[in-house]
Amino acid sequence: MDMCLGVPAKVLEIRGEKALVDFGGVTREAFITLLDDVKIGDYVMIHTGYAIEKLKPEEAEEILKMLEEVNKS
Amino acid sequence: MFAGQPLAPRHEQTISRFGLRSLLPEEVEVIAGPGCPVCVTPTVALDRAVELALRGVIVTAFGDLMMVPATRMSLLEAKARGGDVRVVYSVSDAVEVARRNPDREVVFVSVGFETTAPTTASELLRGVPENFSVMCYHRLIPPAMELLLGIGDIHIDGFICPGHVAAIIGVKAFRIFAEAYKMPTTIAGFEPNDVLLAILMLLRQLRDGEAMCENEYSRVVREEGNLKAQQFIDEVYDIATADWRGIGRIPQSGLTLKKEFEDFDAEKRYEFTSMKHVDINPGCNCHLVMIGKIYPPECRLFGKVCTPQKPYGPCMVSSEGTCRIYYKYGERPKL
Repeated sequence: MDMCLGVPAKVLEIRGEKALVDFGGVTREAFITLLDDVKIGDYVMIHTGYAIEKLKPEEAEEILKMLEEVNKS
Repeated sequence: MFAGQPLAPRHEQTISRFGLRSLLPEEVEVIAGPGCPVCVTPTVALDRAVELALRGVIVTAFGDLMMVPATRMSLLEAKARGGDVRVVYSVSDAVEVARRNPDREVVFVSVGFETTAPTTASELLRGVPENFSVMCYHRLIPPAMELLLGIGDIHIDGFICPGHVAAIIGVKAFRIFAEAYKMPTTIAGFEPNDVLLAILMLLRQLRDGEAMCENEYSRVVREEGNLKAQQFIDEVYDIATADWRGIGRIPQSGLTLKKEFEDFDAEKRYEFTSMKHVDINPGCNCHLVMIGKIYPPECRLFGKVCTPQKPYGPCMVSSEGTCRIYYKYGERPKL
């Protein structure tokens, strides 16, 4: 378990203080208490179960696409 | 010669795993700094957690902490002796353990830097059950960087700062290194290209004789950082002088719970046996690895007496420990 690891994920659903997020296929609940106005479709950086920052959408999509390509190869 | 120091273990992981050193010119040296939270957690925290576990308290901790050697035994050994030690992914899991076990006492060993500190703060502000308490051992990155600059025999030409710590405290928290210390500084993400670009940014600054604080990780990190997370930190913790395992006492480098939250401070709630806490065992060189004075293979114990299966020093345990990273990925030959 890697404490410093931050993983980008897409917000699928808002469930009060938590959100259901998608790590490119794997979904999990994460707390969104550290951020203001998280919306469905936002990309967030998840760290030990908490979203610590929003990502700029264009760049987030680019990264996820890149990671997907790496995973394929 | 250029010596850059990445402060986040994830940077060292990326550098080692992708063999980035073999891509760099020989004059460029990149050496890991004291950014592994598990490694710098003082032994007293683990010794006390072990003591509580053996006294019947449920101790919850991040998985990285389990095998870290302490004075008497690690948390994993305490578990093997019947202690109730549970690995959690997040502080919220630890709070959940407390809710599900109202007749038991539950302690969370809260370690890590500016990234994990607001998560524990967030739980304390939301409200935790009375049977829950925290051992608060959070540490702050910028004071450790200032310490490194004061160590005379370590040559540093630039800093590669941890992107997720910066996501919380902002670019502004690192500006002092460029402005007051004239040290080229970059904030970097964790993909191979992020780290390479950060090194390039530092080299350009050096070439041009400049010292700036550049943000390579602009897709996540903002100038002011995450203000809400900073507010949580301010509301819950006081800044205090703190001990770092193997490094010693650093002024204003740790977070302690404010008076309003002292009911949830495990160290105020419980009494502990007084004992001598041994941070660095005889022969271990983790203290030199942590400040970037030596590379892990320069330690005589590395890979022989000290392995991930039987770690002798803290840097061999966590996947973020410099020795563990070197053991796993080795070093690529120069191409």
